[in-house]
Amino acid sequence: MTEVAFDQELDCQGMLCPLPILKTKKVIDTMQVGQVLKMLSTDAGSVNDMIAWTRQTGHELVYSERNDTLYTYYVRKT
Amino acid sequence: MEEKSKPKRLALVASKGTLDWAYPPFILASTAAAMGWEVAVFFTFYGLTLLKKELTATISPASNPAMPMKLPFGPEALQNFNIPLPNMLMANLPGFESVATALMKQSFKNKGVATIEQLREMCLEAGVTLISCQMTQEVFGFKDEDFIDGIDHGGAATFLDFASESDVSLFI
Repeated sequence: MTEVAFDQELDCQGMLCPLPILKTKKVIDTMQVGQVLKMLSTDAGSVNDMIAWTRQTGHELVYSERNDTLYTYYVRKT
Repeated sequence: MEEKSKPKRLALVASKGTLDWAYPPFILASTAAAMGWEVAVFFTFYGLTLLKKELTATISPASNPAMPMKLPFGPEALQNFNIPLPNMLMANLPGFESVATALMKQSFKNKGVATIEQLREMCLEAGVTLISCQMTQEVFGFKDEDFIDGIDHGGAATFLDFASESDVSLFI
């Protein structure tokens, strides 16, 4: 477990595509540039989806990790 | 400094109105919009029913020979059990379509998949352009008031005009 400073947290556990991405986008929209969102997901597809989504939107995927079936992402709004 | 580029564009045709085929256009449209893309979906033929206020999309195993028929409840062994009957055969049982529809909706819910209504609402919120095929509307006798608010109306030219400048274009 790595601790990364974050400003907001979003729990997408138990949700499948495309909900984690849609919810992440909604929360990021309400945040300030430079702030970090921590997102939790149990969707194995979210690994590639979060990489793709940040590449497309330009937001920065600061750090991500997997603990068994739990995926944690830290996204900095750009 | 690099010039800020134009947003990417996704152009979709949604031509099917069953529950299973309702998902791909709304999933792709809402996700593309969440990536900052401009999105238009042209709803034509049976796909047009997906814009109705009252969504009645069902699923039939008849046209889906490979569709797994599984129970969304009960012990895991039972849930993983595939009924050893051809879908074509099961589909002919009276009332089977509504059973299959209910089972699939329950499976989606259990697994954390959004409903079509939810995805459609998120598309509208995100500014996705939903276009009703006027020709289909006339042929099937649908009225404007049958449909949700906030949609556009048009024909093939309307879609092609948008699609001609799009980066991704799919027929579903």
